[in-house]
Amino acid sequence: MAFNRPLLRTSYDQDAAIFPTFTQKGMMTLFGVVLLLMGLGAPYLSAVPEWFLGPTWINPVTNMLPLAIAALGFNILVGVTGQVSLGHAFFMGVGAYTAVALGGNGDEPLACIPFHEELGFLEERDQCGLGLPMWIWLPMSGIAAAAVGIFVSPAAMKVRGLYLAIVTVGLVFIGLHLGRMFPEYAGDFESGRKWPKLDIRFWKEEEPLVALSEDGQWFGLIHLSEEQKQFFFLLTLLGAGIVLAKNLVRTRTGRALQAIRDRDIAAEVMGVPEFQYKRLGFAISSFYAGVAGALFASYNGRMSPVNWSLFLSVDFVAILLIGGAGTIAGTMLGTVFVELTPEVVKTFTEWLGEQTASNGPIGWLANILLTTGESGDFGPISTGTVASGWPMSVFFWNFVIYGVLIIVFLIFEPLGLYGIWIKIRNYWKRWPFSY
Amino acid sequence: MINAALQFAQVGTGATFIQTLVKSLALGSVYILIGLGFVIIFKATQVLNFAAGALSMAGAMFLTILLADGGFPFLPFANPLAPEAGENPSVIMWFVHVLIALAFAALLGLVIERITIRPMVGQPLFAMAVITLGIEVAIRPFNLDATALEGRSLRVPWGAESWTLADAVVPKSYVAAMIIAAFAGAAILLFFRSKLGVAMRAVAFDQEAAMAQGINVGRVFAIAWAMGAALAALGAIVYGMAPFPPGGAVSQEIHPLLALRVLPVIVLGGLDSVAGAIYGGLIIASAEVFAGQYLSQWNSTLGSGYSTIVPYLVMLFILLVKPYGLFGTPEIRRV
Repeated sequence: MAFNRPLLRTSYDQDAAIFPTFTQKGMMTLFGVVLLLMGLGAPYLSAVPEWFLGPTWINPVTNMLPLAIAALGFNILVGVTGQVSLGHAFFMGVGAYTAVALGGNGDEPLACIPFHEELGFLEERDQCGLGLPMWIWLPMSGIAAAAVGIFVSPAAMKVRGLYLAIVTVGLVFIGLHLGRMFPEYAGDFESGRKWPKLDIRFWKEEEPLVALSEDGQWFGLIHLSEEQKQFFFLLTLLGAGIVLAKNLVRTRTGRALQAIRDRDIAAEVMGVPEFQYKRLGFAISSFYAGVAGALFASYNGRMSPVNWSLFLSVDFVAILLIGGAGTIAGTMLGTVFVELTPEVVKTFTEWLGEQTASNGPIGWLANILLTTGESGDFGPISTGTVASGWPMSVFFWNFVIYGVLIIVFLIFEPLGLYGIWIKIRNYWKRWPFSY
Repeated sequence: MINAALQFAQVGTGATFIQTLVKSLALGSVYILIGLGFVIIFKATQVLNFAAGALSMAGAMFLTILLADGGFPFLPFANPLAPEAGENPSVIMWFVHVLIALAFAALLGLVIERITIRPMVGQPLFAMAVITLGIEVAIRPFNLDATALEGRSLRVPWGAESWTLADAVVPKSYVAAMIIAAFAGAAILLFFRSKLGVAMRAVAFDQEAAMAQGINVGRVFAIAWAMGAALAALGAIVYGMAPFPPGGAVSQEIHPLLALRVLPVIVLGGLDSVAGAIYGGLIIASAEVFAGQYLSQWNSTLGSGYSTIVPYLVMLFILLVKPYGLFGTPEIRRV
């Protein structure tokens, strides 16, 4: 009987449920509704992100969504399977370039100019791309990345631990060089090329079925801006990604992957074929990365090969460690934290810059922190447009903050934001007892 | 095929070969210096130091601040040894400045070890490696941005001068790089014979047992980080000398990536092997330089700058055969 035992589980179905309790179901529904209303610009709700991120808050948030999808994949490889990788940016790049080769504008592929024949005017050249619709290039970008992941996985089987991390660093550099080798796909190494827009077409027709990259009226009722449409589209895909990842973790496959993470030899002794599951882990994680890379590139519109650098991979490591490795809620928390903190800092500094003239503690703080360019001003944050030099702009301070956050979280809270949440939850569950 | 072989023979005159060999030995010296920095830190503290890039560049920055700016900003006194503006220091004074810059780099290493590594003793290897990634990200803006990097000369006294040896041009900097690396390598080997070095080897073998024998493990950690940071800085300074790509200055494009280019070296040799860093440095550097020289006719096919990924390819193939590098200690895997 389940009286007085609120968390007693009497069947495996209950144990494996995504949201085991009624409260969790309710909270998640509420969260989804709030997110929806925020996206629609509901008056009071959208004021909250506006306060943190400024009036155009939907842009950084939408930009974060593809990275959240990639982070889900990274969590499957690193958090669930336990294979440390720094090559996630490479797989995102594979997906993005598959997307641009299939969906990008261009003549027939055979008409592509052989590489390096004329390095001079890359922008004026026809660039390769088949111009196919999104329902082809989006899944294909994931499949291509997964295929590359399967191709790489034998190396991952051989080496382990930090050696694997370094090998995957090598992948990123090889990827960057490939971007340099094929300018007709990748565009100019510095300025990059354009990606297909996020429009839903049936085939190559001029007028898309659903134009996500234009403002419009939906169902004759709701007026949606371009940003809102893309926000909802990417949010839907992220939701699908979360459900898939969550389901993967609680099935037979997920348990096998976790067994390999916990002790690979023991897993093999128990009958989990190590190589097959490591390969599967790489494939699934790269699939997520590929789809996310394609979405990220086409949301941003223009990417250069430099964007798929080691620092993008480090972003995911930071996301996982700050959020909490191995959990999907933690991955999402980490993504929001890592990707939006720079925006929050920027908004805060801009707000502070307007307060320099005011009296009181805020004015003092602004005068101490900021340098506006007047002489005798020694604040460490520059608000001017000086490119470099000592008072650094917020852009560069954000890197410092980011690095320090990684260090602080690892030292003081190794389980990340998710660990903090668990602590708070357990405290209230046990209240008024201490254990 | 025959055609290609003929072309190969034409490129490969004796002078070209000597120049390529000298260049690969010089680049190998740089790799050895930075690689030794990695290995000492990994051996003593089990930390893969991803912050080596920022540390090495910080060391080179210290040197240019001392020499070109004549002292640090925000300090009331200037560098009394600084040369006149626009003049290069004498060779001895330059090396004195290098030593001072290395001391500052070592101090930076000590501070980093004390603040971020010491609290993490006993944590998983990956967590420690990621901490150093955080350090790299946090220090990097100070190296790149805060100091307004344009035209930061290292004031190398011999500049880009060179000797001519049997038609081959041998830059003085390349010879200097080899001499510096030889000195550093010899110093490291002697260090491991000293009392402190033996203590470090004991700590590398088993931290708890070493502690039980009365070794001050914390001090060993601190010394390892100071040495690692100083070696990385020395590598970056040597790489800043004239015929190397940065051309006698600290470069915003090339220096931050230098330490990442050394990763194949230490993986090839084995993360915890001093001999591995030396052999690895020589193998990787000669693979890179010789490929850059003798495959240059296929530049259009391979893409410009292909020689920079040769180390990674060599690393991948060797790791498939020997997963712990040539001299690395295989990890004992328990069920």
